[in-house]
Amino acid sequence: MSGTFVGMPAFPKAAHEAVHNTTLRGNLRHATHTIRGKRAKAVTEVSDWAELREAGKRIKDHTLRHLDRYLVQLEESVTAAGGTVHWAADADEANRIVTYLVKATGESEVVKVKSMATQEIGLNEALEAEGIHAYETDLAELIVQLGKDRPSHILVPAIHRNRGEIRDIFAREMSEWGRPAPEGLTDTPAELAEAARLHLREKFLRAKVGVSGANFMVAETGTLVVVESEGNGRMCLTLPETLISVVGIEKIVPTWQDLEVFLQTLPRSSTAERMNPYTSTWTGTTDEDGPSTFHLVLIDNGRTDTLADEVGRQALRCIRCSACLNVCPVYERAGGHAYGSVYPGPIGAILSPQLRGTASEIDASLPYASSLCGACYEVCPVAIDIPEVLVHLRERVAQGGPATEKGNKVVLKPAKGHAAERAAMRAARWALSHPGALRTGQRLASRTRRLHPRTLPGPGKAWSASRDLPAVPAEPFRDWWQRTNGGRTNGGKQEGTK
Amino acid sequence: MSSRELILGRVRRALADVRPDDTPYEQAVPRGYLREHGDRIVEETVELLAENLADYRALVHRTDTDGLAGTIAGLLAAHGSSSVLVPPGLPQEWLAGTDAARVADRVESTPHELDQVDSVVTACALAIAETGTIVLDGSPDQGRRRITLVPDHHICVVRVPDQVVSSVPQALERLDPTRPLTWISGPSATSDIELDRVEGVHGPRTLEVVLVTGGGD
Repeated sequence: MSGTFVGMPAFPKAAHEAVHNTTLRGNLRHATHTIRGKRAKAVTEVSDWAELREAGKRIKDHTLRHLDRYLVQLEESVTAAGGTVHWAADADEANRIVTYLVKATGESEVVKVKSMATQEIGLNEALEAEGIHAYETDLAELIVQLGKDRPSHILVPAIHRNRGEIRDIFAREMSEWGRPAPEGLTDTPAELAEAARLHLREKFLRAKVGVSGANFMVAETGTLVVVESEGNGRMCLTLPETLISVVGIEKIVPTWQDLEVFLQTLPRSSTAERMNPYTSTWTGTTDEDGPSTFHLVLIDNGRTDTLADEVGRQALRCIRCSACLNVCPVYERAGGHAYGSVYPGPIGAILSPQLRGTASEIDASLPYASSLCGACYEVCPVAIDIPEVLVHLRERVAQGGPATEKGNKVVLKPAKGHAAERAAMRAARWALSHPGALRTGQRLASRTRRLHPRTLPGPGKAWSASRDLPAVPAEPFRDWWQRTNGGRTNGGKQEGTK
Repeated sequence: MSSRELILGRVRRALADVRPDDTPYEQAVPRGYLREHGDRIVEETVELLAENLADYRALVHRTDTDGLAGTIAGLLAAHGSSSVLVPPGLPQEWLAGTDAARVADRVESTPHELDQVDSVVTACALAIAETGTIVLDGSPDQGRRRITLVPDHHICVVRVPDQVVSSVPQALERLDPTRPLTWISGPSATSDIELDRVEGVHGPRTLEVVLVTGGGD
């Protein structure tokens, strides 16, 4: 997977800088708290949430275990409905295919529906290098594109920006890309949305090529589904003559009926609505309604490597709702950019190191970008056990072991920088199996506690850079237990403790 | 080797550890979730539709067959519309009360021409009460997808109760996946700026839903 943010430091360093940005933290805190409260309410409205969640999980698991069959079936049904299917093993191939398809139309600009898959492969940059301008039409993506910024959230990519910053970006940049922002633009959301409407409308009305992703693809019928709110998706899906959809191979559901599960769980999990304002479905092409040419580009780009991992493959159930981001205490403080990927938050911490491998410093650090509190698993509408995968990936990073890269089985070496962790774990294993040594060590630690530094020296420095060291108690627990008979005498207090 | 064969080969190798399972799909997924939420009589389902439509800022109106032309004429006048897009199969009598210039939904119209029209009037395929959603399927009384998108004012007529279903599962049963479908829940909206909801970005900023009963026939 390409799309690593170039020069990105490992998560702890990136997060360290982000947590000191008070504007960012304020924007994030407001946004995540607002949406998590609403989501909880939207979920309680449906009494069968647990059953819907289980069905969603099982549909996705079943699809993944028969993915080859469903991919072939999807190809047949899309082709039968008048579409053309292309297969791309990696980001470069996907970009080459889309570039070729756009050039074949003779056009030099495309309008885009917000899509994680095209961000993942860096499509806009690839098109630009070939002289094709790609216009993002989702309001948040527009803010990111005009601001020469990076998305920081799956659903609301400009979540880190407040209205004042957005006004400044519009006033400064819109004229570079097309219709300038209205004179005297203020920072009210309604005025900002109106400015975006006017700016983008001229692009929609003249566009000949649209590029989208898809939320779901139905193998049985060849139907693609896009859910959205603003209508920019509908514009891109119906006004151009050519539509190119770039979709990850894991987005398949077997049957039309399966949509009844996800069209209930996705909107409630992502925007906390009963239903998103607009859902579009299309099956190939329709005479005299919408694009006359339809291409579907199916991308692997690390997905089959993820599928090969028994524990990690559950990440492919993800429907990109972003509920896990909004409840994550680490995301809320660090923000999306620190994850160094288009997939931030808890799902990004397990998806990116699987799609891209753990060779880079940022990818090796992502499985540690979590407190393992489990809130992400609780809210996941397809029940991905994110903490389980995080722990699994930590083991891979620290100890190495078998993995799959570009379809080939490999044995990974332990990642650099984890020698201290391994040494500490080995020491812990020894100490915990030698009770005498453990007791002596604990007593020594208690008696010298006033001399302990606030940060760790040597290899432990990295750990304590972003954490407070836990205070050593005045007395080891086991001594206290013996002395007080398990708290039954002396009130459990020791002289000198407060 | 083509990328198609490469990817399919990778998928098969990736699944080598998975036990073969030939359970038919109908039995592979538990469908213990509800077909509809709550117990309602037909009138209550229509009432719920109206409530949920309004909750998402659609403007809801009620009339019967006899009153429909007058209602539509009134809505067009109130919006100050001098032109109205008309799908080919829209019942003629629905627009009998208005002077607004009729613009036909033609395949050769450009998006710029559609952008000059003030309003559009359509029927629908069905409406979903629990979510406050209307669904269009491109039938002759609804027209091409773009006509309900480019004009800023959409009036949609729902025949109650026969076009109303309770839930998403009931809706999918009745819809034809080979048609292009547009599900609409309230007007266009965005929450991208500080998660403040703003109605109207690219789609129609005003959605008016007319619930019409057949009592006058």
